[in-house]
Order: sequence, then structure tokens, then C-alpha cells
Amino acid sequence: MTARRFNWPLWAGFLLALIASFSYFSFFVRFPITRDFPWANLLLFVGAAILLVMGIGRGFARDRAHPTRSRITTSIVSLFSVVIFALFVFTIFVVGRWLPPSTGAPHVGQKVPEFTLNDANGKQVSLNELLATPIEGKPPKGVLLIFYRGYW
Amino acid sequence: MAISADTPEETRNLIQQAGYTFPFLSDRPAEVIRRYDLVHAHAGADGRDISRPAEFLIDASGTVRWINLTENYWIRARPGDILDKAKLLQ
Repeated sequence: MTARRFNWPLWAGFLLALIASFSYFSFFVRFPITRDFPWANLLLFVGAAILLVMGIGRGFARDRAHPTRSRITTSIVSLFSVVIFALFVFTIFVVGRWLPPSTGAPHVGQKVPEFTLNDANGKQVSLNELLATPIEGKPPKGVLLIFYRGYW
Repeated sequence: MAISADTPEETRNLIQQAGYTFPFLSDRPAEVIRRYDLVHAHAGADGRDISRPAEFLIDASGTVRWINLTENYWIRARPGDILDKAKLLQ
């Protein structure tokens, strides 16, 4: 092992940790199978961990050109990677559960409150009217009401 | 139909990008969201009150037949599950 080699596993591991985190929100969240439990991202983090372990081995090797600097850099980059992982796990498994109790939400068997709101084109839509308006000549069997967080 | 605390303009962007054909309603002041007790206070990107995710299957008389209130907002009902539940309305 030469002493001047660039510690590529360390930086690759760090980069992979970043990708493992950001790819959930930008890509994997679009598919229910990888969204509901982020196994794809956890796998990427495993890959990052393997690279980081290799990087730590190199960074702390005795034949580094600048051993002290290598150890400091290696420690900081590894620590950042662990923080990225911890933040990801926290965001998905902890923050995702920070929800209000909603004990007053309509239960099965209850009638839902009527309302009238504007649709995306500014047209007024009323729940009762929607239930009363025939679709292709037949009365509607019901409606699925989807409340969502918003587009962000 | 879908309801959120987004304005009609914000919703139009979403509809255009995703190609939805069903009604999307705007409840920016979160009043209807509040009536359904689904308010997630200040959880919006700009600090606005938004809705926690929920699906209600309502029959022709306006009665709730099925409700899905997730414990983790990253986990949502899948379309196949909802279509199965919709058979309750036959």
C-alpha cells in the first residue's frame, strides 16, 4: 500500500450516504413499495457503511503520508455520514408519526359534515351535490374523500 | 376527491404534473380540515396548518363506511386496497 493514495472509499461512502438519504424524497417515495418502508434506502446505507469501514481502515493506516490529518478527516467524514443516517431514520420513523390525535374525526357509521369548497379552477363543489349528481345517468354509489398534506 | 390546505394555484401545478382527473378542492384556511379534526398545526412548508393524511369512503347517504388514518404520514393506503374497500358500496 503506497502512502499517498486518495482515500476513495471514505468519500464514496459519504457520497453514497447522501444519495441514500436524498433519493428517498426525490425518487423512492413515488413507489408505495419503497415508500412505506424505505428498504431500498437502507440497503444504500449498508453499502455506504461498507465503504466507510474500508475508508476508516485506510484513513487510520500507519503508512499514511499525513497520519494525523488523515485520522481527523476520516473521523469527521465518518461522523457526518452517521449523522446523515440518523437524520434519515429520525425523519422517516419518528417525525412521520408526529400526528395529531384526531379523535373527533368522523367514525364508521357517522354522517360526515357537509362542505362546499373551490376546486382547482375556482368552481364551487359541494359534497351533497356531488352525491346527488348522477354519473352516466346513475346515482353515485358514494365518494372517496382523500385528505392530503399538500404539494411540497 | 382530494382536499388539502393548498391554494387552487398550487393544486393546479400538482394536477398538471400528475395528470389527475378527479376534483381537487382547496381548503387554504383549513376550515373543513378542522371540522373533520384532521388539522396538523403549522406542519406546512410555510408554517400553515395542513391536513394529516386520511381517506374516507362515504356512501350515497353521506355515511362513513371505511376510514384510513395512517399512524405514519409516509405510509399511505394503496389504490388496490381502496378499490377493494369500494366494493363495500355495492
